[in-house]
Amino acid sequence: MSSNRANAWRFAIPAIVLGVLAAFFLRGLMLDPAYYESPLVCQAAPEFSLPDLADASRRVGTADFAGRTVLLNVWNSWCAPCREEHPFLLELAASGVPIYGINWDDERDKALAWLHTAGNPFVASAVDEVGEVAVAYGVYGYPETFLIDGDGTILVKHFGPLTPEDWSGKMLPAMEAECAVD
Amino acid sequence: MKSRHQRMIFIGGVAVAMLAAAALAYKAFSSNLLYYYSPTQVRAGEVPADRRFRLGGLVVEGSFERVTGTLTSRFRVTDLESEVEVEYHKVYPDLFQEGQGMVAHGTLADDGRFIADTILAKHDENYMAPELAESLAEAEARAAE
Amino acid sequence: MIPELGQFALVLAVCLSLCQAALPLAGSFTGRNDLMQLARPAAAGQFVFVGLAFAVLAYLFLTDDFSVEFVFLNSNSDLPSAYKFTAVWGGHEGSLLLWSLMLAGWTLAVAFASRSQPLEFSSRVLGVLGIVSSGILLFTLLTSNPFQRLLPYFPEGRDLNPLLQDPGMVVHPPMLYLGYVGMSVPFAFAVAALLAGRLDRNWARWTRPWTIGAWLFLTCGIALGSWWAYYEVGWGGWWFWDPVENASFLPWLMATALVHSLAVTERRGIFKSWTVLLAISAFTLSLLGTFLVRSGVIQSVHSFANDPARGLFILGLLLLISGGAFVLYALRAASLESEGGFHPVSRESFLLANNVLLVVATALILLGTLYPLFVDALNLPEVSIGEPYFNFVFLLPMLPLGVLLGFGMHAAWQKMSGRKLLRQLFWPLAVSIALALVLPFIFFGTNSFMTVVGLATGIWVGFSSFLMPLGRLFNAEAVRLSRAQWGMCIAHFGVGVFIIAATVTSGYSVEQDVAAREGQQWQLAGYELDFRELRRIEGQNFTADEAEIEVRRDGRYVATLRPQRRDYPVREVVMTESAIDANPFRDVLIALSDSVGDGAWAVHARYKPLIRFVWIGCVIMALGGLLAATDSRYRRPKELRAGVKPTEGAKPAVGVPAEEGGR
Repeated sequence: MSSNRANAWRFAIPAIVLGVLAAFFLRGLMLDPAYYESPLVCQAAPEFSLPDLADASRRVGTADFAGRTVLLNVWNSWCAPCREEHPFLLELAASGVPIYGINWDDERDKALAWLHTAGNPFVASAVDEVGEVAVAYGVYGYPETFLIDGDGTILVKHFGPLTPEDWSGKMLPAMEAECAVD
Repeated sequence: MKSRHQRMIFIGGVAVAMLAAAALAYKAFSSNLLYYYSPTQVRAGEVPADRRFRLGGLVVEGSFERVTGTLTSRFRVTDLESEVEVEYHKVYPDLFQEGQGMVAHGTLADDGRFIADTILAKHDENYMAPELAESLAEAEARAAE
Repeated sequence: MIPELGQFALVLAVCLSLCQAALPLAGSFTGRNDLMQLARPAAAGQFVFVGLAFAVLAYLFLTDDFSVEFVFLNSNSDLPSAYKFTAVWGGHEGSLLLWSLMLAGWTLAVAFASRSQPLEFSSRVLGVLGIVSSGILLFTLLTSNPFQRLLPYFPEGRDLNPLLQDPGMVVHPPMLYLGYVGMSVPFAFAVAALLAGRLDRNWARWTRPWTIGAWLFLTCGIALGSWWAYYEVGWGGWWFWDPVENASFLPWLMATALVHSLAVTERRGIFKSWTVLLAISAFTLSLLGTFLVRSGVIQSVHSFANDPARGLFILGLLLLISGGAFVLYALRAASLESEGGFHPVSRESFLLANNVLLVVATALILLGTLYPLFVDALNLPEVSIGEPYFNFVFLLPMLPLGVLLGFGMHAAWQKMSGRKLLRQLFWPLAVSIALALVLPFIFFGTNSFMTVVGLATGIWVGFSSFLMPLGRLFNAEAVRLSRAQWGMCIAHFGVGVFIIAATVTSGYSVEQDVAAREGQQWQLAGYELDFRELRRIEGQNFTADEAEIEVRRDGRYVATLRPQRRDYPVREVVMTESAIDANPFRDVLIALSDSVGDGAWAVHARYKPLIRFVWIGCVIMALGGLLAATDSRYRRPKELRAGVKPTEGAKPAVGVPAEEGGR
């Protein structure tokens, strides 16, 4: 009887193997950069000063928003998720939230044309030609949005399109509480 | 009994063959593990000697040099904290550019230069290799302290 | 309006497939014929609406409707029409729709053929297929909707990835998906058998042609992918052990094992639970491959999309479908009883060895593919596995398999004298080894141990494959070979051809990277290359630098090759288009890369002997499969094959509930 039992257990092996694999995959998915907690959270936002998208002779940078809590959004004119979050960014801007943009990996006229057609939620956009600032902020893809407080501390680093749930669920609470890394 | 004897030899032979195969497979596995190191780690001497590994970083703007008319070229790679000089004797992948991310496979020469045998540029316009993005962000965080 | 129509068709397809999934299965357990009979019409309806959705998407591409996000991201009005059509599957969302279409097609075919099967059984098969298609369609509708609008929109699209603007792109994914998705059929058959708690040789006979069919499409799809990578990526390589390639190769290995295991189950009624396990595993690997490619868990040269939300959904699907099947297996497999035994030297034991070696290869390749993921999940330092590991770990079981293959084809069922087998085949084996030792010297002037091993195995397999037909030719009294037997011989011959070609091309290819100027001449493996001219070219959606290189041998003109380096302005991508002069015995490939200054250009030159036969070998394999799958015994269900005793004993055929009330 007991040898039958042992024999029967071997049939369960494939299911167990699959279960273990699935656990690893789940973990692998959770580790994806979308969920990756950046080491920059609760750190000082790297300073920068870049050419203004609208007027290359002017500069836009951390100095412009020091002392205020702002959103810093990395975007370009051709990434589809950027277009998805665009209407919501316009809403936020209209309700008084200051949003600064970093235009990365794009062409100036295309970027300007897009803002002209779709509406401009940004107080100002900086052009990051080389990508050094994007890298300094650990930007992995687009769009990414940072919540930076008046002291210049990065409170939240959000990867992917910004949804109303992300705003009310992640960003608003972060503004009220002590900066904590999850 | 003769057939029993034969059977034992056969099974024994198969067992030995399988053990040998397993040992060889393990050796193939461990000798082909490529670990990833950032330029800072390379500079700090963290890479074991004579080991092929992956080096990732940003191609330093303006650092690309080709020995004109030949396939030999050099550039510097950085994680915004340290730089390593890379030498390559083959043709670059199409997405390779200064200021962008790349990952190279190769070994360290005695003088600290990295001799690459393979170069992979980021494979999609949107994304940077995650190990690269992580190490860059960490370097930046360290610099900010 | 039209995109919404497509979306609506998709919704209807989901509803129908949910019906197809739930109702027939429920009917099969409660004995309700009316519910079971819903399976076929539901399958037909699903096919109609998935087809409609696909047609709508194609229409949107062909009419440049850039208000649809997927069309915007993957097309451009300058794109030639043929590529607008193939762009339908050039991205994640559209390729899922193709997946669904293929699945609906297979399901419909199974539905037609099932009229000769017991209703309880066929309704379960279609029900399981319905579960799979519901999963994929829901995944498409909920996370990857190809009809999603993008407003406000630009009047011009972003262009199809230039890598995909190619004739190979037309055939490779559909063929591959036919195979991938086709593995769901033996899976469904296996689950239906587990649900019934029994399977017999009829089951094996029903399952076999579908399995061989899916296998042969997968073979073609993989071969096409290899061929496409060869000339499109341009470096002369034809297999890279890239995770995406592995994702298609692993199911193929399992399917090959399954085809052979089914042969034993059909003929002798043994290996039952093992066959069922293989069928479930093969499809699991298909789903796993889908997961790996689309979830971003593994970074690869050509993974589709990095989206963890999608990854979670597929993982969920994997757990539900495969996990469910494996749990069912754990519970029911013990009740699948073996109908006999076999002698250590017999065709069964050779086929068992075949299966063991294939499974070992699969496991080791899977390990190499997934190891970086494991390491990452455990927060250990990032790691990647180099190519040599895969090459080694594949050859290690496969070469012995080749040797055994030559013997196994001639082994009798149930019991055979090992000595007799050796005596029969001694001379072919000896000749193969001799040829392997001598031929390389004649053609190439050198030889090596691995070349001898590979060549000997390949020649041996090819030789052994035709001994059977040859024997019949000379023996007028012998029974004629059935179509299936011809299929077996031809398929195995294809394997031999492949092994020979792979060995020769791996051992004797010549690779050159040179910095060349206009007017420069140099040698490549006995050919003289003359860089005549460099000029600029304008294409439909690109501009290019083109080099004209003349190839001569011993002073005689062979070909003019014009490799290009193309610039696609919309996607801001640069691509190399290699130029190849091909004849059956060798390829000469030239690719043009960057300018290296001083008037010189980086030029890739490759001499690839016998490379065409790598793919021809695969095609021969597939042809053999086609013959085997269309054998008459699969098309006349009422007749049993001559010489096979009907299943004895009181065991009823699959699908009929046991007296105890059905398990």
